[in-house]
Amino acid sequence: MSDVNRVVVTGLGAVTPLGHTAATYWANLKQGVNGIGPIKLAATPEELTQKVAAEVKDFDPLKHFEERQLSTLDRVSQFAVVAAREAIAQAAITFDMPLSLRTATIIGTGVGGQTTLDESFRRIYLEKKSRVFPLTIPKLMVNAPASQISVFCGLRGASFAVASACASATHAIGLAFHMLHSGAVDCAVTGGAEACITFGTLRGWEAMRVMAPDTCRPFSIDRKGLVLGEGAAMLVLEPLERARARGAQILGEIVGFGMSADAADLTAPDQGGMTRAMEGALADGKLAVQNIQYINAHGTGTAANDATETQARHRVFGAHAGKLAVSSTKSMVGHALGAAGALEMVATLLAVREAIVPPTIGYLGPDPACDLDYVPNEARALTIGAALSNSFAFGGLNAVLAVKKFS
Amino acid sequence: MSDVASEVIAVIAKKKRVDKPNVELSDRLDDLGLESLNAVEMIFDLEEKFNIEIPYNANTNNPSTEFGTVGDVVKAIQQLVDKKS
Repeated sequence: MSDVNRVVVTGLGAVTPLGHTAATYWANLKQGVNGIGPIKLAATPEELTQKVAAEVKDFDPLKHFEERQLSTLDRVSQFAVVAAREAIAQAAITFDMPLSLRTATIIGTGVGGQTTLDESFRRIYLEKKSRVFPLTIPKLMVNAPASQISVFCGLRGASFAVASACASATHAIGLAFHMLHSGAVDCAVTGGAEACITFGTLRGWEAMRVMAPDTCRPFSIDRKGLVLGEGAAMLVLEPLERARARGAQILGEIVGFGMSADAADLTAPDQGGMTRAMEGALADGKLAVQNIQYINAHGTGTAANDATETQARHRVFGAHAGKLAVSSTKSMVGHALGAAGALEMVATLLAVREAIVPPTIGYLGPDPACDLDYVPNEARALTIGAALSNSFAFGGLNAVLAVKKFS
Repeated sequence: MSDVASEVIAVIAKKKRVDKPNVELSDRLDDLGLESLNAVEMIFDLEEKFNIEIPYNANTNNPSTEFGTVGDVVKAIQQLVDKKS
């Protein structure tokens, strides 16, 4: 492949239920550590039916921001900025002119500033206050994480939010990849952020009747549904030539991006939509099915998703499906909605880089409807030439990224 | 037919996803298009109407043992209503 328009990853950052840096997140994923536990963030959690979530623990915003800055930063934007700073520091890049003007900030988020929304509704409806905090609106808007990263990191190019529920971050990263590939921008900070563990949001999820009361067991027999998570993960993407010219450390290469819409049911997963998104990513990356060794699955732990995703994989990969290692890191960090695709992309890139597949924990045994190799309960050493990261969202919106070992 | 049965049938008739003029106790929920996630609006309406909480997880509900038919739903609701009073 010619070096022209190749897109590489030079920085990673993450704030997760398994640690506040990409390195601690990855170390804990490899160990199969469970980040799911009792809900503490929601106001009056004792009133909730749902008792568990994957919360980012012991996150002290004052370690990262001055107090006056916090009046404009919802928890979701705090996560976003902290992860972006880490990724930029790792990339060792400075956004001077004119690079700043040519750097995109494209950030996925599903629901934006839920903590701010929840707090202001409590004030109005419960405490009968007549006013809310003055910066309520700019704190809760879905583009707040993208805007705050651009402000805090000095990025002046294309900047916006991408919202496609559970696929938001994957759509965001894919879009940034294509913008770099086409030459529309020279650098991108991209990923996803979510902070949705609030009383009101949890009530909404409870009402859907899809939450697991115990823990998230993707692809396992006796799985009982999904567990909500939160966090952020960010990537710095650059053209290979630019990264080489400045002597940057190259962590991995993004080669393909596929998207599709089910145009069917808002919540029921669709084999056709999943299949088209995976096939799109393979075609975009000029990859044959045999080139793929690992898939970081959408793997929510619901009965319907995991079975449908397995069928779609059979359809795309045929006989090669049985040779794939497939795992769902949601078993450890829950479902972080709009951030999920970015958390999973970091896991996928590091799995390829270090030749280690993170496990699907909580796995009790095979379900006849899920008959692939899910890397149950323990990480596995595996040389990976190329891998996919899948996101299949409510609303029937699907996005898949393909990455390759950099050489 | 009991009051509970006729009220349950009225809710299901509004939420069913297939064309069928009458809902009967022997009708299967999956035949009415009310399986898994498609049943959650029906469950919500029943909880609101009877002021009860119905334990239901779309991932683990097994139509052959739990809410298989309209009659099964009526029976479960009747028990929850009785327990409340």
